[in-house]
Amino acid sequence: MTPHDRIARLEEGSEPRPPALAAPEQCDGQGRADGSAAPERSGGEWKSPTASGDAPFQLRGHSFPMTLLKVLDPLHPQFFPMLAEKVGQAPNFFRNTPVVLDLESLPQDAPFDFREFSGVLRSHGLVAVTLLGGNPRRQEDAMAAGLALLPARQRRGESEARASADRAELPYQRTTQMVTEPVRSGRQIYAQNGDLIVCAPVSPGAELLADGNIHVYGALRGRALAGASGDGTARIFCQSLEAELVSIAGLYLVSEDMGSDVHRRQVQVHVRDGCLHIDPMNP
Amino acid sequence: MANVIVMTSGKGGVGKTTSSAAFGTGLALKGLKTCIIDFDVGLRNLDLIMGCERRVVFDFINVIHGEARLNQALIKDKRVENLFILPTSQTRDKDALTTAGVERVLEELKKEFDFIICDSPAGIERGALMALYFADDAIIVANPEVSSVRDSDRILGVLQAKSYRAEHGLAPVREHLLITRYDPKRVERGEMLRVDDVLEILSIPLLGVIPESPAVLRASNVGMPVVLDEDSNAGLAYADAVARFLGDSVEHRFLKPDRKGLFNRLLRRTA
Repeated sequence: MTPHDRIARLEEGSEPRPPALAAPEQCDGQGRADGSAAPERSGGEWKSPTASGDAPFQLRGHSFPMTLLKVLDPLHPQFFPMLAEKVGQAPNFFRNTPVVLDLESLPQDAPFDFREFSGVLRSHGLVAVTLLGGNPRRQEDAMAAGLALLPARQRRGESEARASADRAELPYQRTTQMVTEPVRSGRQIYAQNGDLIVCAPVSPGAELLADGNIHVYGALRGRALAGASGDGTARIFCQSLEAELVSIAGLYLVSEDMGSDVHRRQVQVHVRDGCLHIDPMNP
Repeated sequence: MANVIVMTSGKGGVGKTTSSAAFGTGLALKGLKTCIIDFDVGLRNLDLIMGCERRVVFDFINVIHGEARLNQALIKDKRVENLFILPTSQTRDKDALTTAGVERVLEELKKEFDFIICDSPAGIERGALMALYFADDAIIVANPEVSSVRDSDRILGVLQAKSYRAEHGLAPVREHLLITRYDPKRVERGEMLRVDDVLEILSIPLLGVIPESPAVLRASNVGMPVVLDEDSNAGLAYADAVARFLGDSVEHRFLKPDRKGLFNRLLRRTA
């Protein structure tokens, strides 16, 4: 249903206020947000449901489709003008509409003034009511500004690497293993529960494994397997990619499939959208 | 205090025995009492290369098993003073070597020799491990081609992990690279690895570069270490390597293709 459809229904005379803010009883059973489903207040007395002596309220779970405002660049000079334009396309729908704020695209430590933002938002017909997800500091700021909190929901079809990253969220004592001699062919080094740093070349036939990241300040000519216990956020860095095989949390690429454009370059290997990406690190 | 040197490579056929014979003889020529031991039990070649195959009575394995005394097995070289050879058995195999036996023989040799060279067999198994186990210095022999260099890298790893010094946390075995069968013309054509390429992969100090030479085959045919052939480039290169090992700084020769003038060609200098 597009906002325009809603506008048509709204103009039929029903209550424009979406039921989300209303008390549960005022919703229809399906919990739809369109005005047409809002029950009409009949004339006559409103009978109290507690007449029989039960609790003077009902607290139950309910599903409401909510408008999500994903903030990508709040400092963009055209942020609110462009928002006003969007809102202007369906003025009745966006009249005092509650919105859920998603700030996941912003840098985690960037400060965000919820109070100010909410103020300007309200003048555009949007009422910020809830923060989706967010780090503890951001959540605190949101609550201080009067917003509610909603836990970050899982995206459908998430990559295997992301699931692995969640599994590996258990805190472990990070220790970094440092190797300063060349890693000879046939040698296998496993840095458990941490990163591996090698300040020397790694020969063909040598194997580096780490639960965390692998950094090679030299030529990587052997195999490197980071995130060996399943941490998909682990990365591999090297000064010259000549590896036989690279792997992160089970996803791997052999030398043949790495691409000639990254051969012998300074690169980082990481997982994005369920695939291994090899990105050069110098322009 | 005697110095135990292992001549090893990982790869077979690169020139370990040739180099053991030449290097050992070179040390003896400098007045240092040297013994060369053949560790390639069952496939012995050192006695052939040294030209003493007809004088073998007792061998290394006999001494290890107490069947003969050390001085009964040691063969004195007829050409060079201070040079002795300890041949190995042809009828037994590498399982006949024991760590305790090898240690005992080496301890006895250290009493009267300045240098003991252990000519290692190819591979990374028992024979090669026995040869490198008690080494103070290791000369890694490599041909300038990929499989030899890869195997040398492997043997370096073994040396760093499985030697007596590594197992007991002592100062590590000193590593030296000896590139053999180097052909500058093929290097120029891109068919062979350059010295720098090999050094980049192995990252150990370069002891010497021995050029490919027909003199090597001629020398082994007559049972004479090639370093005694003063007309051959290979022989001269081995002598240079010995000097470098003993501390002299000697420039590397024979790295560039030999652009012989007409006069030299007329004189037909051997390679």
